[in-house]
Amino acid sequence: MSEQDIKKARRHVSQNEGLIFERSSPGKAGAELPPLDVPAVAAAELLGAQNLRTAIDGFPEVSEVEVVRHFTRLSTWNYGVDTGAYLLGSCTMKYNPKINEVVARLEGIANAHPYLPASLAQGCLRILKALSDCLLEIVGMDALTLQPAAGAHGEMTGLLLVRAYLEAQGNPRRKVLIPDSAHGTNPASAYMAGYQTQSIGSNERGTVDLAQLDRAMKDDVAALMLTNPNTLGIFEDQIAQIAELVHSRGGLLYMDGANLNALLGVSRPGDFGVDVLHLNLHKTFSTPHGGGGPGAGPVAVKQFLEPFLPVPVVVERADGSLAFEFDRPQSIGRVRAFCGNFGVLVRALAYILANGAEGLRQLTEDAVLNSRYLRKGLEGAYELPYASPTLHECVFCDKRQARYGVRTGDIAKRLIDYGFHPYTVSFPLIVPGALMIEPTESESKQELDLLIDALQCIAREAIEEPETVLQAPHRTRVGRMDEVQAARKPILRWKPPGEAAS
Amino acid sequence: MYPTNFRYTREHEWVLIEGPLATVGITDHAQEELGDIVFVELPKVGGKVEAGKPCGTVESVKAVSDLYSPVSGEVAEVNAGLADSPEWINQEPHGKGWMFKAKLASTASPDQLLTAEQYEAYVRQETS
Amino acid sequence: MRYLPKSPEERRDMLRAIGCDSIEQLFSSIPLEARLGRPLRLEPGKSEPEVLAYFRERAAENARDYTCFLGAGAYDHFCPAVVDALISRSEFYTAYTPYQPEISQGTLQAVFEYQTLICQLTGMDVANASLYDGSSALPEAVMMAVRATGRRRAAVARSVHPEYREVLATYLRHQEIKITELPFAESGQLVPEALAAAASDDLAAVVIQSPNFFGVIEEVAAAAEVAHAAGALLIVMVAEPLALGIVRPPLEADIVAGEAQSLGVPLSFGGPYVGFLAAREKYVRSMPGRLVGQTTDAAGERGFCLTLATREQHIRREKATSNICTNQALCALMVTIFLSTYGKQGLRELALQNLAKSHYAAARFRERGARLRFSGPFFNEMVVRGVGGGAGAAEKLQAHKIVGGLELGRFYPELAGDVLVCVTETASRGKIDELVRIYTGP
Repeated sequence: MSEQDIKKARRHVSQNEGLIFERSSPGKAGAELPPLDVPAVAAAELLGAQNLRTAIDGFPEVSEVEVVRHFTRLSTWNYGVDTGAYLLGSCTMKYNPKINEVVARLEGIANAHPYLPASLAQGCLRILKALSDCLLEIVGMDALTLQPAAGAHGEMTGLLLVRAYLEAQGNPRRKVLIPDSAHGTNPASAYMAGYQTQSIGSNERGTVDLAQLDRAMKDDVAALMLTNPNTLGIFEDQIAQIAELVHSRGGLLYMDGANLNALLGVSRPGDFGVDVLHLNLHKTFSTPHGGGGPGAGPVAVKQFLEPFLPVPVVVERADGSLAFEFDRPQSIGRVRAFCGNFGVLVRALAYILANGAEGLRQLTEDAVLNSRYLRKGLEGAYELPYASPTLHECVFCDKRQARYGVRTGDIAKRLIDYGFHPYTVSFPLIVPGALMIEPTESESKQELDLLIDALQCIAREAIEEPETVLQAPHRTRVGRMDEVQAARKPILRWKPPGEAAS
Repeated sequence: MYPTNFRYTREHEWVLIEGPLATVGITDHAQEELGDIVFVELPKVGGKVEAGKPCGTVESVKAVSDLYSPVSGEVAEVNAGLADSPEWINQEPHGKGWMFKAKLASTASPDQLLTAEQYEAYVRQETS
Repeated sequence: MRYLPKSPEERRDMLRAIGCDSIEQLFSSIPLEARLGRPLRLEPGKSEPEVLAYFRERAAENARDYTCFLGAGAYDHFCPAVVDALISRSEFYTAYTPYQPEISQGTLQAVFEYQTLICQLTGMDVANASLYDGSSALPEAVMMAVRATGRRRAAVARSVHPEYREVLATYLRHQEIKITELPFAESGQLVPEALAAAASDDLAAVVIQSPNFFGVIEEVAAAAEVAHAAGALLIVMVAEPLALGIVRPPLEADIVAGEAQSLGVPLSFGGPYVGFLAAREKYVRSMPGRLVGQTTDAAGERGFCLTLATREQHIRREKATSNICTNQALCALMVTIFLSTYGKQGLRELALQNLAKSHYAAARFRERGARLRFSGPFFNEMVVRGVGGGAGAAEKLQAHKIVGGLELGRFYPELAGDVLVCVTETASRGKIDELVRIYTGP
C-alpha cells in the first residue's frame, strides 16, 4: 500500500477536547450527596427573597467520567518535570519526589483546620518548627518566618522588615539599590514597601560594579537587594566588600534566594554578610510548581530583625509544647492569613529530611556539575557573553544566530520539537537575546548529552534552514499562539453561543 | 519617509502644528521598534499636557513605552478609533494612527523639536 | 541519594570533560571566607519509610477523627475523589508557569475555564488566574480601586475577616492609602449611617464581605448605591464562595474578590489556598495577577496564552499593578474540577445542605435557651452568644471528639464569650446535637 492509499483518520479525539462548558447538557451531574439528615429548609424564607439565587447561568453539567476524560486529556497537553528536562533558568525545575505528595495528604495533616487549638495541632506546629530549624542551619541565619506565600511575597516581607528596623532606628531611608541583572519582582516589591529603586550596573565580569555601588550607596539607601549567585549564575566574589560597603553606610544587605540551589552545604548567606534573605521552597526544596503555584517564600533574618517578623511566630512553652505567639508589638503585622502555605512547607521538610546534610551538599554539587557540563558542550555553538565561572546556571545569547534572523525565542520553540522544555528566554535583561539555562541536579548525563546535541543541531539549522527554526514548533498539538490578537481583543472567559463574545 | 511639515522628538513622537492646534503621534521608527501595538492609553480630553512629560502609554505584547508630549497645552481631541484598532499605529503611524490633538498654550514655536532631516539623522545614529 | 541520577563514574567523566580535577574546583569562584568549612548540622538523610514514619507521627499529634465546627475563612466540604486524582497527574503539578503555550495548553485551558467559572459564580465580567489567598486578595483589590479612581482611601467594614484586615494594614502602611473602619449593627450587617458618613470625594473603595465574618449576608445593593454616589468602587469580599450556590451574587459590586479554598482545596492547616479576583470589564487593565486569554495559532486552531502581561512586574517593574508573580494554578485547578464535578445542580444542593444544617443547629441552640448574637440572614456560620469563655466547654467537646467554634474575643473584645460556629454538610445531626448540648450546659 502506498502512502496515498492510507486513509488518514481525523485528528484523534483526545486531541480535540473542547471546553468543559461545551460538554455540558442539562440534567447531568458528577457528584451526589448523601440524603439530608436534618429537616429541609425554605431558602427564600431564611435568606430573604431578595438574597436568593435561582441558578448559576452557564455553569457546566457533566458526569464524573466526562470530568475525568476532560482533565486527563488537558493534562496530556502539558509538559512537566516528569516528562523531561525543564531548562528554565532561575526557576530550578528539579524533580518533585512522590513521597512528598503522600505525606502532605496524610489524615491529620491535609485536613487540619488552621484555627485548631494548639493542643490539637502539635504535629503541625512541630513541622513548622522542624522546617524553620533546618532552613536556619542551611542558610546560617538566626530567625525565620514561614508565612509568605511565594518568592515575591517574601521579597515584600523582607523589605518591610528592613523598613521597620530602620524606622525603629529613627530613619526608614528612601531607596533600595537593585543590580540590573535582578528579577523584575525586586523593584515591584520595593515599591510595595514604600521604597524607590535605583539600578546598579554590572561590570565586564557580570558582577556588581563596586565603584558604582560605592557612588550610589548614600545615607538615603535602605538596602541593597542582591541575588547571589546572580542571574548570570556567577557568584558575587566581592561579596565581602559589598557587605562591608553597605553596612558601613548604615544599609542592610538583602539577598534574593532564588538561586540558593547553587549553595547548599557549600556557602551560607548568613556567613557572608546577608541580613535578610527570602527562599523559594518551590525552587531549591523541590515543592512542585503546580503550573504556576502554589509556592512558599520564607524569610530568614539576623537576630536584630527578629522582633519585626510577621505574626504569628511559633514558640516553645515551658512544658515543651509549641504554640503560636501573636503579641509582638514591633511586628510588621500579618502578610497572609493563618500561617502560610503549610502544605508546601510539609513537602519541603520531607525533601530536607530525605536528603540530610550530605544529600543537600551532593545535590548542589550535581547541579553545578550539570550546568558546567552543559556550558562546556554549548560553548562552540552559542555566544557566551560573560566568561566568568558559573555555578548552577549559565546565560548564552543569540548573537551568532541573530545574523540569520533566528532569535532566542525561536531557538526555544525549536527546542520543543526536540522534546525539551525551553530555557528562560530574554532574561536577564542585561544580556540581549539571552538563553538562560539551568539544568538542575535532576538530569542524567544521557539526558544532558541529548540536550547538547539538540541545541547544537538547532545552531546548525539556524544557519542552514532558518525557516525550520522560525516556524517551530512543528510537533505540538497547536502552533505558536497569536499573542497580538489575544492582547488586542482579549477573550478572557467562555460565553454561551449566542451571547456576544467579550 | 518622515513628512517635512512635521516636527519630531528624541522620544520618537511627531507633531504637526496647524495654527493653535498640534496633532501628535509616534513615528514610524517607534512603531517598528515596539512591534505589534495592542493598546494605547491616551490623555483625557480637556486635560493638560506638558512638553517633555509623559501623557500616556503605548503597549505591545511584551513592552510598555511612555508617550511624551512634544508640546504644552490642553487636549482637544483624542483618536478614539485606536481603542478598537491600535493596529492603525503600525499601519499608518503618521496618518490614521495619530494619537491626540492639543490646543497650544503659547503660539511660540517649540524650539526643542527636530526637523525631519535632523530626526532621520538621529535615528540613524541611534540604530548604528 | 535516590533523587540523583548519576553514578560516581559518570560524575568523574563529566568532571574530566569540563577539565576539572575535583568537585571542590567547581566552587573556586566562591571566596574561601564565604565557604562553609564543615558539613551542615542536619540529620543524615532518611529512607522513604523513615520519612513516611516521621510525618505519620506528626499527623498523630494532631486532631484526627474529630468533627470540627470551625470555619472563619477555612471550610471543610465533601470533595469528590476525582479532584485529587486529577490534580495528581504530574503533567499538571510538575509543570511551570505556562510561558510556552505550545506545551502548556492543559494548564492554560484549565485556567481559562477557572476564570469563566469564577465569573459565573460571582456575576462579574472578568476574573484573573488567581492570587495567593483571600487575605492578600483584599489589598490587591483595594490597590486596584486606588488605580482605577486615583483616590487613596478605603472604607472597610469591621465584619470583614479580621486577618484579611490585618494583611490589608500591612500592605497599605507604606503606600499612603488610608483606611476607615465601618462598624456593624445588631443585625451583624454594616451600619448604613456609618457608611454614608464615610462617603466622601477621596474615597476609592467601600469594602464589605458577604457572607461576612459572622456568617451574615450583607445588603450589597444598598452599599453599592452609597459607594457609587461618592464615586467610589464597591469591593465585595467572599470567604465562603459556596454561599454563591444559593445566595444572589453581588452584581452591584465593581470588584468581587476572596478565598476559594472552600471549593475543593484541602484545609491543610491554612494553606496553600487560592485567592480570586473578578471585576467589571472596564477595570481589566487595572487588575493584578495573571490572565489567560483565548486566541488561535497560525492554522486557526483555538488555543490559549497568557495575555495583557504588560500590567505585570516583569515588564512594568515598579509601576506594575502588583508585585505578584505567581498565581495558585494547582489550587485553581482543584476549584475548577470541584465546580465542574458538582456542576449547576450539585453546587446548589451542596449550598442548600449547608443552609439546612446550620439553621438546624441554630434552632437547637434557640430551643436550649442560647441566643444568636446577630439577627441578619446567615448561610453556614452563626455567632452564638455567651457560650464560650471557659476552658470547660472546650475540654468537654474534645472528650466527645468535637472541635467547637471560634471564640471571638481574640478579634472582637466586645464579643468576648461569643462563639462563631460553622456547620457544613459534613456535620451529622447527632454531632450537631452533641455540640449544642455541651455548649448550652446540662
